[in-house]
Amino acid sequence: MIAFVIRRLLQGVIVMLVVGFIAFSLFNFVGDPVSLMLPPEATQVDRENMRAALGLDKPFYRQFATFIGNAAQGNFGISLRLGRPVSTLLVERLPATLELAIAAALIGLFVGIPVGVYTALNRDSWISRVMLTTSLIGVSLPNFLIGIFLILIFAVWLGILPSFGRGDTTMVGFWSTGLLTVSGLKALVLPSITLGFFPVTLIMRLVRSEMLEVLRTDYIKFARARGLPTRTINFGHALKNTLVPVITITGLQLGGIIAFAIITETVFQWPGMGLLFIQAVQFADIPVMAAYLCLIGFIFVLINLVVDILYYVVDPRLRIERGPGGGH
Amino acid sequence: MDKYGTVGVASAQAPVPGRWRDFFDGDVFYSFKHSPAVMIAAAITFLCIFAALLAPWVAPHNPFDLKTLNLLDAFTPPSWTAKGNPTYLLGTDDQGRDVLSTIIFGSRMSLLVGLLATLLAMAIGVSLGLVAGYAGGKIDAFIMRVADIQLSFPAILIALLVDGLARVALPREMHDQVALYVLVLAIAASGWVRYARTVRGSTLVERNKEYVQAARVIGRHPLAIMFTHVLPNALGPVLVLVTLHIGEAIITEATLSFLGVGVPPTQPSLGTLIRIGNDFLFSGEWWILVFPGGALVLLVLSINVLGDWLRDALNPKLR
Repeated sequence: MIAFVIRRLLQGVIVMLVVGFIAFSLFNFVGDPVSLMLPPEATQVDRENMRAALGLDKPFYRQFATFIGNAAQGNFGISLRLGRPVSTLLVERLPATLELAIAAALIGLFVGIPVGVYTALNRDSWISRVMLTTSLIGVSLPNFLIGIFLILIFAVWLGILPSFGRGDTTMVGFWSTGLLTVSGLKALVLPSITLGFFPVTLIMRLVRSEMLEVLRTDYIKFARARGLPTRTINFGHALKNTLVPVITITGLQLGGIIAFAIITETVFQWPGMGLLFIQAVQFADIPVMAAYLCLIGFIFVLINLVVDILYYVVDPRLRIERGPGGGH
Repeated sequence: MDKYGTVGVASAQAPVPGRWRDFFDGDVFYSFKHSPAVMIAAAITFLCIFAALLAPWVAPHNPFDLKTLNLLDAFTPPSWTAKGNPTYLLGTDDQGRDVLSTIIFGSRMSLLVGLLATLLAMAIGVSLGLVAGYAGGKIDAFIMRVADIQLSFPAILIALLVDGLARVALPREMHDQVALYVLVLAIAASGWVRYARTVRGSTLVERNKEYVQAARVIGRHPLAIMFTHVLPNALGPVLVLVTLHIGEAIITEATLSFLGVGVPPTQPSLGTLIRIGNDFLFSGEWWILVFPGGALVLLVLSINVLGDWLRDALNPKLR
């Protein structure tokens, strides 16, 4: 167990170093920072002093080490576009993205699981077919188009929901939340449905296929033969055994949801990290791009690590195959 | 197709050449004939490809010829509405361009980028998969580790990063010229893993077979063995992957173009058109948005239905 975790941790550290290296090399693409920061009449001596002050006269690996050290402390410099420290910007934007992502994940679970169970239990009903066809169309629909069509219907034509922004937010400590006001909750509806659409189709298909598999197993047949009520069999026995892969996949999807939030946030002008990143890409705002890259890389590595460990804890087969003297 | 070759020669006098008759009598065509959804999807796909190929002749107007554009025609609604103009079937956009024509030219761009990116991803993935499976050892471990790591990040994020990095790295004046190639490369870089994994799996099986050992014994170069002997036997599943990947590549392209980091604005794709239409969402000119959006959905849905069908039809286990 410990060896497994250490191996995973090492792999995560390597991935983070690679991501950090990509982010670091971004800075070297945009020309000499010294000439950007000094006035044109600066002398050669001024330049050398500036280089020394910024640490640019040091060898490459020392500069990289300094960058990693700063990045680990959350120091990514100052945004070229907004003129404020990048870390402050990200901390300001983080709550918006996380609230959106968690709302979308919850929609995925609370819509996806019941629909998946229903379509597995009633395979031939027309409702199931409609659901499955909708999920196929959902996969073919680009995420941003779902958002735009939702805006067109609910904001432009019906005019019942806001189409952009977060509504009124309240500060709880450093966390600005939109969940405590009516306008904040209304603003969350359309973006979270847009972002939750893909997880819903994914979880629904997953639950359906897992349920169909489990319903064929012997212990379900035995439970039926014992005369247990159908309800107990379906939910107590069958559904419980499908939930392990569902939880893992949902966990892994959380990273994907945060990445897809870039698109949803652009459509709805949602003031989160994704919108910040896309504006940084358009303006070539390197510090923000580098910081977002590192942060998202870190989130992904963390999620993968947690999911791997959970898998190890939940699935005894993984332990037996690796353990001494184990096996079949 | 090779195994049908001899049959084709033997029944050369038949009204339908044997190869084609085998195809029409075969399981694949049977399942095609009996699913109307697949037939509709095929019709739409071929209509789109046809229109895209012949865009300059099929489109009623040339939306990029500035001489024929008239700003007075801007924001004409579709022809069946009260203020519509019969010259512009689906209306015009903010610059007086015919929406139907921009859709035809836009889907040309979308199909081109989707197809090129898919082929490039396939070329990269198949080569790396072959090398990994055939060479084994450290090379295999390295390639597959990279693939594993990349697979844990969503494709759209990788494409966005490659595209964003290239934008920063290249000087501004070069952007429009190379934007297209950068885009193709970005989408391909985000999609090669599936091919590498599949081909590696088949290569691991094939490399221990006698014909490969025979080729090795007579001293053929490993690269020659990989590409002329192993590759043809590992290609079957790849073709299905390609069909399913094209739709995804078109969506990725549309998303990047919608975000404003895709194709150059002078050569709009369907994603660019949706981005333009999005600006007029609130002023009531819905047709600038709805028609390109609908075209994109229809195109991707048709390609996906075809891909799904091909996967099932070619899978002997499901017959």
